[in-house]
Amino acid sequence: MGYFIFRRTVGFLLTLLVVSAVVFAVMNVLPGDPALTILGMDATDDALAALREQLGLNQPVLTRYFLWIWNALQGDFGISHSFRVPVSELIAERLPMTVSLAVAGMLFTLVIALTLGIGAAARHRKAGDWGVMFMSQIGIAVPAFWLSMLLVLLFAVKLRWLPPGGFAGWSDPVAAIRSLILPTIALGVVQSAVLARVTRSSALEVMRQDFVRTARASGLSRRRVLWRHVLPNALVPIVTIVGMQFAALVTGTIVIENVFYLPGLGRLIFQSIANRDLPTVQALVMLFAAIVVTANFVVDLLYVVIDPRLKART
Amino acid sequence: MADFSRIFTASTIALALGLSPLTAAADQLVIGLQQEPTSLDPTADATASIDGMMTMNVFEALTTVAENGEVQPNLATSWDVSEDGLTYAFKLAEGVMFHDGTSFDAEDVVFSFDRAMAEESVNPSKDIFKPIESVTAIDPQTVEIKLSRKDAFFLFNMGQGDSAIVAAESADTNNTDPVGTGPFKFENWTRGDRLTLVKNPDHRDAGDVALDKVEFRFISDPSAATAAMMAEELDAFPGFPAPELLAQFEADPRFRVNIGSTEGEVILAMNNAKPPFDNVDVRRAVATAVNREEIIEGAMYGQAVPIGSFYPPHGTAYVDLTGAYPSDTEKAQQMFTDAGIEGTTMTLRVPPFPYATRSAEIIQSQLSTAGIDARVENVEWGFWIDEVYKKKNYDMTIIAHTSPNDMGNFARGPDYFYGYDDAKFNELWGQIETEADPAARDALLKEGQQYLSDQSVHVFLFQLPLLGIFTTGVEGYWSSAPVLYMPLKGVSNAG
Repeated sequence: MGYFIFRRTVGFLLTLLVVSAVVFAVMNVLPGDPALTILGMDATDDALAALREQLGLNQPVLTRYFLWIWNALQGDFGISHSFRVPVSELIAERLPMTVSLAVAGMLFTLVIALTLGIGAAARHRKAGDWGVMFMSQIGIAVPAFWLSMLLVLLFAVKLRWLPPGGFAGWSDPVAAIRSLILPTIALGVVQSAVLARVTRSSALEVMRQDFVRTARASGLSRRRVLWRHVLPNALVPIVTIVGMQFAALVTGTIVIENVFYLPGLGRLIFQSIANRDLPTVQALVMLFAAIVVTANFVVDLLYVVIDPRLKART
Repeated sequence: MADFSRIFTASTIALALGLSPLTAAADQLVIGLQQEPTSLDPTADATASIDGMMTMNVFEALTTVAENGEVQPNLATSWDVSEDGLTYAFKLAEGVMFHDGTSFDAEDVVFSFDRAMAEESVNPSKDIFKPIESVTAIDPQTVEIKLSRKDAFFLFNMGQGDSAIVAAESADTNNTDPVGTGPFKFENWTRGDRLTLVKNPDHRDAGDVALDKVEFRFISDPSAATAAMMAEELDAFPGFPAPELLAQFEADPRFRVNIGSTEGEVILAMNNAKPPFDNVDVRRAVATAVNREEIIEGAMYGQAVPIGSFYPPHGTAYVDLTGAYPSDTEKAQQMFTDAGIEGTTMTLRVPPFPYATRSAEIIQSQLSTAGIDARVENVEWGFWIDEVYKKKNYDMTIIAHTSPNDMGNFARGPDYFYGYDDAKFNELWGQIETEADPAARDALLKEGQQYLSDQSVHVFLFQLPLLGIFTTGVEGYWSSAPVLYMPLKGVSNAG
């Protein structure tokens, strides 16, 4: 186990290093100049030169890269070229939004998918099962931005129950929750449709096994068998998918953030790429990569917790 | 299914949280903006929404420009111009305070100009300060500015965000915490979401300010902007990005739609330094192949005024030259054949603005019927401003020039992305720049328009419209914008 964690940590650091090199290289190859993007079409050459000097763009690429690594190792991710504030400050501002949305989306997905998936498995080849399968097929097929627009039209424009977008932070919790409801649904529907199908098929497989029949025969209720015996044994494929989905939820909020004009990390990275704001892009891509790698790592650890038989193999 | 009912109960509670009624306060205004700024200092960043929110609201300048384009007193209450037109003595308003409580006087003016003109200055319009030789504080209420040459646009330029007057104490932090002298004070900014201004009760014109609080919300997606207006989350969207979505607001009695004009001339720019566009006959052929009415109809849903040269139709010197090259596909085809370039392929690199990308498709088809294969390349803004604008790596492009009085672009020489270098026009622009008499200047500007149309430097397409949507209680907004800002001083909201 100790060796396993050591191996994964080294892999984690190597991944981040490779990611940082790739981002740096791509951003430097990409045509574009942050000074020009900031000062626009009427800028004089000396103003551009002065700004490049201020932003430290006059140093050679490699020097900038190693300087960046050196500072990053000390926890300093630099000053954003376009916002002119520390990148860490920008991320700290936006992280609560994106994390709130991703966590809410994950909870929504888990609650809906597990309930529907187990429920469908319990009603295998009955109307309820067909209904869930049909709904999940639709859920998978619907594009998130289109669903978002429909939700906004119904709940914000027509019924006026919820705001059509925006997020002013958690200082007003009621407003924050209201702002998150529609984006959460829009974000979670596709994911829960996928997960419901996985849960159903995984549960069906477990239900065919002998111990389930034994549990029923020993007098346990259907519900107890389903939630206490079938679900835990069906978890390995579910956790695999959930791990992938969590990464997708964090990195994939960009469409949702755009439609609901939420000030999250997805929009920040989009804007920063457009502005050629290298320090911000660099830090955000690293953050996303870290989240994905960590999610995979947690999934691997969870396997062992869920299914002690796997311990021997790690 | 107990679990379903539990979920249902939970979601019902969640929805009930949302049922508190939405109220609109009369002395407040919530404004939608498409473009999100990354900083708030108009003297250090060219992003148009900074001017839209800050200039003349938070920051003020020596002069200001009215809706009709007229220069009016502002922080300078009056000025005397010397006989030779080179020395301006500005009398400053008395008792003016910056929002942080420091007082405003001639030293602040000197500081602001020194800062904008310094070598390490990153002012986005440094050119407008070039004619200035010296700025001197004569006494706390008087500033004298000496010019090295006459500048017809000097007073106009002194009324822009680029020439805002800032205090030495706060200049370095204006990008996140702007401190000015204007009728509104900056309150807070949640980057990416909203920015709030409140009324400055100490402003000399506070009596004319109807709004107590103004909130800007940043919504880049046009459909999201439409939903936000429809849900009455916003009171105003003064620069609405999507002409195709206007009809539903026009049909809705809750809203008033305004279609005004901006300073943005939209052009099909041709790289004059590069064959075949170094040949005036080819440029004229392109102008003949292009049909403006079709472009305006298809790309702008009819909501734009065609232009035939590089000057806004609402300006005092405007001449209608839209008939100079009547659209005629067969004639254009013949002209291309005569120039020996029929069937050539060329690139049309387009920045990511709807007016440009949509116009490009229509122009591509118009050129193709005239025998020219234009390959449309949609590029993002960072690419465009570097590759097309700075490195001049393009054949044709479509862009709106949104600055006022910008005919001088054509006199910027071979280094400018037009690749146009014409001694005759340079001389003409030199006269325009230095002509102090408005009538004589207008006559020269007319000549300039005529000349640019005759040389067919670019194809002049249409004036970018100012599309605004307002709830019916909102009054006092400018219907056209001769500058990049829109003062909120005279705006009110009856709720």
